[in-house]
Amino acid sequence: MLARTAANLFWIGRYMERAEFTTRLIEATIRLDSLSPHTESSNTWASALAVVGTGPMSDSGGALTSTRARAFLSLEADNPNSVKCCVSRARDNARAARNRLTQEVWEAINRTWLTLDNRTNPGGIQSTVNLVEEIKAETRGFEGALQHMLRTEANWFMRLGTMIERADNTARLLDVKYYLLLPQGQEVGGALDRDQWMTLLHVVSGQGAYRLIYKQALQPWLVADLLIYRRELPRSLASSAARTVALLGRIGAVSGRQGEADRLARRRLDRFEASDVDTLIRRGLHESLQKFVAENAEIDAAIARQFKFA
Amino acid sequence: MIDGAPGAFDELWGAGADGHARPGFETLSSWLENTPTAELARRQQSAEAAFRNLGVTFAVYGDEEAAERIIPFDILPRVFSASEWGKLTAGLEQRVRAINAFIDDIYGARRILADAVVPADIVLANPQFCVAVAGAKPPHGIYSHICGIDLVRTGPDQFFVLEDNARTPSGVSYMLENREAMLRLCPELFELLPVLPVDAYPELLRDTLYSVAPAGVRDPLAVLLTPGHFNSAFYEHSFLADKMGIELVEGQDLEVDDDIVWMRTTEGRVRVDVIYRRIDDTFLDPLVFRPDSMLGVPGLLAAYLAGNVALVNAPGTGIADDKAIYSYMPEIVRYYTGEDAKLENVETWRCREPEALLYTLDHLSELVVKLVDGSGGYGMLVGPAATRKQLAEFRAALIAEPHRYIAQPTLALSTVPTFTEKGIARRHVDFRPFVLTGAKGVTIVPGGLTRVALRKGSLVVNSSQGGGTKDSFVLAEGAPS
Repeated sequence: MLARTAANLFWIGRYMERAEFTTRLIEATIRLDSLSPHTESSNTWASALAVVGTGPMSDSGGALTSTRARAFLSLEADNPNSVKCCVSRARDNARAARNRLTQEVWEAINRTWLTLDNRTNPGGIQSTVNLVEEIKAETRGFEGALQHMLRTEANWFMRLGTMIERADNTARLLDVKYYLLLPQGQEVGGALDRDQWMTLLHVVSGQGAYRLIYKQALQPWLVADLLIYRRELPRSLASSAARTVALLGRIGAVSGRQGEADRLARRRLDRFEASDVDTLIRRGLHESLQKFVAENAEIDAAIARQFKFA
Repeated sequence: MIDGAPGAFDELWGAGADGHARPGFETLSSWLENTPTAELARRQQSAEAAFRNLGVTFAVYGDEEAAERIIPFDILPRVFSASEWGKLTAGLEQRVRAINAFIDDIYGARRILADAVVPADIVLANPQFCVAVAGAKPPHGIYSHICGIDLVRTGPDQFFVLEDNARTPSGVSYMLENREAMLRLCPELFELLPVLPVDAYPELLRDTLYSVAPAGVRDPLAVLLTPGHFNSAFYEHSFLADKMGIELVEGQDLEVDDDIVWMRTTEGRVRVDVIYRRIDDTFLDPLVFRPDSMLGVPGLLAAYLAGNVALVNAPGTGIADDKAIYSYMPEIVRYYTGEDAKLENVETWRCREPEALLYTLDHLSELVVKLVDGSGGYGMLVGPAATRKQLAEFRAALIAEPHRYIAQPTLALSTVPTFTEKGIARRHVDFRPFVLTGAKGVTIVPGGLTRVALRKGSLVVNSSQGGGTKDSFVLAEGAPS
């Protein structure tokens, strides 16, 4: 496969995943905002913006309102990480690599783009929620179309991009809320925290998973366990790490290219298998998550070198 | 009387205004009468939605508001009978053979200039004449492997060549996508009419590419070179690469090392034998042509001249489709084939000749004036439809640089029934068939691109000027229609 095409495919995966994640983040934050009417809305949205690592908006001055934050995260043209910009870049990459995509995959991306292309303002809460629902339906279409694609390099490179992006997103999400996941016995308690945990689970579509796996009331360390270690949850760090290794293995088997990216990815997975949530919290959750994000970026760079993306 | 263009020949109803179909076209006519307008409207909308989802788009230069547009598609097909098509293909094959012989001669022995059939200065001083490829020996002497010949019609047997596109003609994806749309939306038409299929085109194109690989290459690797996804025809590039199962590459994906072309892949570099390039000559190789080109591949021309890679179409073919050369095509065809041209040219005044210039200036409001090196409907004057200001501008331009222009009569282009907002109406059309030339000879798929001027009375069919497209049916021989 052309090196540039592989890069295009990888970035389709990354941008579509980022778009979906940001969409879920908007949805969950709206929910949290409405659940806790006594909290300053600006705090709720500030933490959402912190998750996606926003730069430009904080510079522009003025009060942070729910309306501004929703517009910034969903449709803002000046925010390169807004849902609209991500989808637009995913589509640019898809156009360039179109002959490697099935018609269904292309149409799913193109339809998502058409949903967003003519909009500049998400409107009020209700219309933002409607927009979120529409985008979620379209990104599900993309996921579905990927499922039906031939399992060849094209599919694996897109998936690989998805996994790298997903690992980064989940780790950032956890890191912004890490202080909520205090160790057992140091629980702060209260209604607000419960809502925050629910929000966190919502972003990674993990509420149902939590109930199924733990069969008990929300416990912060169990939320951490779910999002970091449980492979059953597709958006957990361990699951992303495992799938990254598997995908690199498949690409390597076909292309004969194995190297630094494979080694780094395997090393990361080995560490997951050798530790658990208690150890991690003892060592410092924040530090561990920061390290994970940095390591993920290293794997990303190693993939680009290994497959000659640049 | 059906709204549209009085006086013009209609391909379904003939010249008459009584609404009776021409002999042989009764089936289509009765289908048209029996299909309710509301049903046609529904299908029309469904086609447009499908094209938008597919992303069958083109970009209009200079129109940033609509960076990507779909070309309007009309669901009423244009139909050629077997005998009409037979005559057309004979003429097309003859013309394309002559075009390739002409280019081979111009970059080789230049017999036609020595024999003074075509004036030497019109060739050698032509901006399209490519000194850099003189002496190149492309496999089988073929230069224009894919030729798009634009035809217009004014009567039952009156077909004229409007222009030859010997460089990188586009539009074939519309032939294929329009047929897909028709099969889905009007399946009953294909039961009523024996329509010949066009879907073999990508395979025939691939065979053509492989057949012109450099001598001695056993299992050739072909790629399609695109300027990139911001190009207006990118959809077509990607579509064709996909249907042929070959890589779609950009300049940055290729490198030339010791006159050999390589493609950069995730597995290392792979040698390339044939390049179907959809980049203009001037952008192909920054070492030879425009040094600021970011689209091309440095060293590509040297690799071509060394015979290590085939370029399809070969560089330098622009010399054959220049509008000044066009006016000599009847002579060119006779010179290389020994026969009179089976397809006529439109009468053409070369404004470089003083008498022709005088005639053109005297009859400006009746003529169509074109830049010899213009295309896509840019730099063109349609006299009868022009404003006084436009006429004055062209008059001044003609006097200043007469050699840059030709003039032609305004033809009463044929019309075809077209579905418009006000129901079925006659609209003017042209036609671009695609002629493939490979090692085994000339192949023409039974079909092509019909462009239709959607505005009432308009003669400009270019997609960049608001034209649309239609499917073009060619009917099987001997079948009742």
